[in-house]
Amino acid sequence: MQARPAAVVPGARARQAAPARRALSRWLDDRNVLGLAFLLPGALILLVFLTYPLALGTWLGFTDAKIGRAGHWIGLDNFEFIWNDSLTRLALFNTLFYTIVASVIKFALGLWLAILLNEHLPFKAFFRAIILLPFIVPTALSAIAFWWIYDPQFSIISWALQRMGLIHQYIDFLGNPWMARFSVIAANIWRGIPFVAICLLAGLQTISPSLYEAAALDGANGWQQFRRITLPLLTPIIAVVMTFSVLFTFTDFQLIYVLTRGGPLNATHLMATLSFQRAIPGGNLGEGAAIATAMVPFLLAAILLSYFGLQRRAWQQGGTDR
Amino acid sequence: MAKKDDTSTVGMRYLTSPMQRLVVLWIPLCAFLFVLLFPFYWMVTTSIKPDAELLQRDGNPFWVTNPTLAHIKKLLFDTQYPEWVWNTMLVSISATFISLFCSVLAAYAIERLRFRGSRLVGALIFLAYLVPPSILFIPLSTMVFKFGLFDTRLALILTYPTFLIPFCTWLLMGYFKSIPFELEECALIDGATRLQILRRIVLPLAVPGLISAGIFAFTLSWNEFIYALTFISSSEVKTVPIGVVTELVEGDVYHWGSLMAGALLGSLPVAILYSFFVEYYVSGLTGAVKE
Repeated sequence: MQARPAAVVPGARARQAAPARRALSRWLDDRNVLGLAFLLPGALILLVFLTYPLALGTWLGFTDAKIGRAGHWIGLDNFEFIWNDSLTRLALFNTLFYTIVASVIKFALGLWLAILLNEHLPFKAFFRAIILLPFIVPTALSAIAFWWIYDPQFSIISWALQRMGLIHQYIDFLGNPWMARFSVIAANIWRGIPFVAICLLAGLQTISPSLYEAAALDGANGWQQFRRITLPLLTPIIAVVMTFSVLFTFTDFQLIYVLTRGGPLNATHLMATLSFQRAIPGGNLGEGAAIATAMVPFLLAAILLSYFGLQRRAWQQGGTDR
Repeated sequence: MAKKDDTSTVGMRYLTSPMQRLVVLWIPLCAFLFVLLFPFYWMVTTSIKPDAELLQRDGNPFWVTNPTLAHIKKLLFDTQYPEWVWNTMLVSISATFISLFCSVLAAYAIERLRFRGSRLVGALIFLAYLVPPSILFIPLSTMVFKFGLFDTRLALILTYPTFLIPFCTWLLMGYFKSIPFELEECALIDGATRLQILRRIVLPLAVPGLISAGIFAFTLSWNEFIYALTFISSSEVKTVPIGVVTELVEGDVYHWGSLMAGALLGSLPVAILYSFFVEYYVSGLTGAVKE
């Protein structure tokens, strides 16, 4: 981000152009100056409130800053502490478990839903519109609905299962560690499926139907068509969609904060909720920042994955990389 | 898109019987719809059920026998809910306009002015979009304190653009790309300045993109949680998601009726906005991913 102004400055230099090309060069100068001017408002906000905090956060991770007290450099102490801290390790495990399980299921169900919606349906636009609802309403508020659905005494799921004779006691969805993990994952999947499905649907719609007709004439069955046509052609968009999905799941905060606040027995604490708990109510800014910084390598891995996904897309379509 | 749909599967449809279609298409689709929409149904019924009905175990919980508006009335008159709605409106609209203004200029500069380093800036903007608020809220909170913005709406108005500008810029770059260069060239030859071109030619043609970006920005600001939770502490400046989660959930007895009413009313503005602009929303979502 720091490179932004620097990248523009060389263009602003006066050029010694031949008289015949003076008009052109003036125009070029103009676009560089104008480009800088146009970027200025956005760049200013992003530099002050995004780039600087990013660096500040990393720096805070190396200090013993507390709320209301500036920190001193303490080197790797915070990182050493969280490395040996069993709660942080548990949070890392929870985060990875949460991210992997939720992402895999979101992908499978999202792809399935996308394929269903790609069929010839009446009221298709309507279906597509209402399916996105879980994605657009505030997560904190839908999480409250899930909290009520998971209530130990009045859960509607327990009620229905009991009426069907499948269980004899009400399920304690958020009271038991593993049950709580799966319950928050279910809520996350509920919120994430629409995003995956609608994006993959857009990808499916770009696949030419003639490919399927040709494959069917050659005797390919439904599964072979899916495996040999749909999946390979959808791979680039799957890569991007899943990277976003993984990124947002890995850094998830509000769902956990509303449903369990990390409990029971810290079984659902994610890196983000733990870093919040240590930094804001706990007042230990340095430690919280160190936990947040520890998330960065995982995020970078996810972004690199998406980058290679995009690269593949460029050559697959015979285009050039921008 | 809609035209393509008609031909996409029609060619193969004679191969599947109605029975097969019911099993492989309609039953799974209805199951998906049921699961995805049930929480909303549950929100609505809970918010209009009287307390006695909420806490009884017999009877059919899926139905409301004596609907009541008591929970909604309590929410509107006995809590600071209306103030939270006002705060959220104010913050979302301001952040959206700031972000749109910055993004239009930046996207035009990157996509159309093609100044030196514009590609690098474009890539950096995309990277900026990938920076999650969960790793920024701690340093931002120290800055908010230092600038004396703690517990003010301005703190949110200034920080929300950090995730809105990258997204909107990325979205608008895609829209600007689709506008033919020739239009701008003609205007340049006729002596128009770049600003005139932006105002008279590019912006009118990019209206769908502006609507997409605006709706997205508004929805994202409305739904934002972690910054508002960290930077705000007084009830009267809270936003809806924070207010409902922190103020309505107090004590040992949960007032599920008013909680659900709060969740429902807080979701309505974005749901209504969304229902009017579904196509823009979907094209924004898929466009941003496909770029």
